[in-house]
Amino acid sequence: MAVTAPRPTARNRLAGAPTGRSARRRGRVQWKGYLYALPALTVLTVFLLVPLGQLVQISLYHWDGVSASTWAGLTNYTDIARDPQLRAGFLHAFVLILFFSVIPIALALLLAAVTTRAGRLRGVSVFRAMIFLPQVVAMVVTATAWTAIYAPDGVLNAALRTVGMEAVTRPWLGDFSTALPAVGLIGTWLQIGLCLVLFIAGIGQIPTELYEAAKIDGAGAVREFFAITLPGLRGQIAVALTLTVIAALRTFDLVYVATHGGPGNATSLPAFEVYNRAFGTGQVGSASAIAVVLTAVILLLTFLITKLQPKEDGT
Amino acid sequence: MISRRERALNYAILTVFAALALVPLLGVVASALTPAAQSSPSFTWPDRLDLGNFATAWKQGHFATYLTSSLLVAVSVVVLTATLAILAGFSFAHFDYPGRSLLFYVTLIGLMVPPEAFVIPLYFNLRDTGLTDSYWSLILPQTAQSLAFSVFWMRNFFRSVPAGIIEAARLDGASDWRLLWRILVPTSRPALLTMAMLVFMWTWNEFLLPLVMITDENKRTAPLGLAFFQSEHTTQYSLLAAASIIVALPVVALYVFLQRHFISGMLSGAVKG
Repeated sequence: MAVTAPRPTARNRLAGAPTGRSARRRGRVQWKGYLYALPALTVLTVFLLVPLGQLVQISLYHWDGVSASTWAGLTNYTDIARDPQLRAGFLHAFVLILFFSVIPIALALLLAAVTTRAGRLRGVSVFRAMIFLPQVVAMVVTATAWTAIYAPDGVLNAALRTVGMEAVTRPWLGDFSTALPAVGLIGTWLQIGLCLVLFIAGIGQIPTELYEAAKIDGAGAVREFFAITLPGLRGQIAVALTLTVIAALRTFDLVYVATHGGPGNATSLPAFEVYNRAFGTGQVGSASAIAVVLTAVILLLTFLITKLQPKEDGT
Repeated sequence: MISRRERALNYAILTVFAALALVPLLGVVASALTPAAQSSPSFTWPDRLDLGNFATAWKQGHFATYLTSSLLVAVSVVVLTATLAILAGFSFAHFDYPGRSLLFYVTLIGLMVPPEAFVIPLYFNLRDTGLTDSYWSLILPQTAQSLAFSVFWMRNFFRSVPAGIIEAARLDGASDWRLLWRILVPTSRPALLTMAMLVFMWTWNEFLLPLVMITDENKRTAPLGLAFFQSEHTTQYSLLAAASIIVALPVVALYVFLQRHFISGMLSGAVKG
């Protein structure tokens, strides 16, 4: 597992195995253990695991949610590949990964490299709290804030007019060519703070001797970054990737409030299609198939990202 | 050790990014304080401070009802999750039985599965049992969703408690139950607080589940209420901004006081099984 914040890490070092061993020493099966785990496992099974199984089952039928369902086999899945609207949804989700993950991580790495020792500055926790704030604000509120920025008479257009770029102004969320990047930039705004806070904390854990040794060897800033900072942050980068990629693929609230998937389907996303088809247009089977594929993509990417993580951190 | 130039540069970068994070949110605050007559469809800078929007939004938007629903649901989820996670975390940390790791990994599935995946069958199951449009349809699924992180979090904490403390309690003849509630739970108060904060925030901010489950206007949660309020008040941004602040404030206020808990907890939220 990857725990990055300073305190849990210390805790995990302690975690070793002392208590597990004391139990094993007694050498018999402690049936009571099942009893303690039972309530949590019951809730998980009824409200999470069983529905997951049912999801796969529903995805194999044509069903409008009301009348009898008919067997569909894999057609709901093949439709995802065939239907341009659905293909577009997944394509948009991957575009969002660029805005939610790639750009924030690249930018935050660059900034973290410059502020190598920011973790030790006075007042850094106040900055950290401010930079991290977007993460705790409800997405509906974030979307409301940004719709005001992107509105036809909004802040962005007003700023462009004052610098004489009248020609560029447009209703950013209502324009086919800019709606998706505009939504993406909200994601960049959301995630950069998370990445920056993660990386600053991570750099604080890289031994200073490494940097001093590099200085003595005459390494420049660029080599220092690639030889020490980047490898030292591998665990944090993996965590940032996991969190931001999942956030990008799951984006729903933001699009629901800011664009409703529009204009046309310029900002339609898998999670939005799942909701729309299941509870709007009565295509429950198709919605379930999309949900299955979305879940599979998330699990696959999460698995691939964990491969990046340094081994000694494993549980 | 840090040179003056380097320090100035570091502060400059931190300031720029703090400002970038805050400006859109401050725009909302400024707009909310704008007198209604001066309102526009975007951010406004108030000529004079006016709290009238909050009163209007509160009344017109029924936010008293929405906040009550949100509070009821969030507190229930926190209490239920904490109780179940303490028990299960104890089980996974201190007992030895066949299938223990398998069951633990099964709980972790919930960390990676998006709500979009189980909301469809969940809706039809709950509809068939008559539970949609009730608080239970929000409390129970969100407890399940929060358990993955919480069980993992409590198990790790319990495993980190020094063996000596546990041995000493055992020598005193403490039963498992006593050991858990009299010794382990009191020592885990900081971990419990972090967990409670995060679960509260996730539940408070959740949007999809209430959107699907709740049709009764009186049971809408705060973010859901805001979304409906927004579609009715697109032209009066100052009113919408005030409503947004009402919805965001409870979590932001907690965050201001307990930011270290939030940050450390959220950054450790990415787990590898």
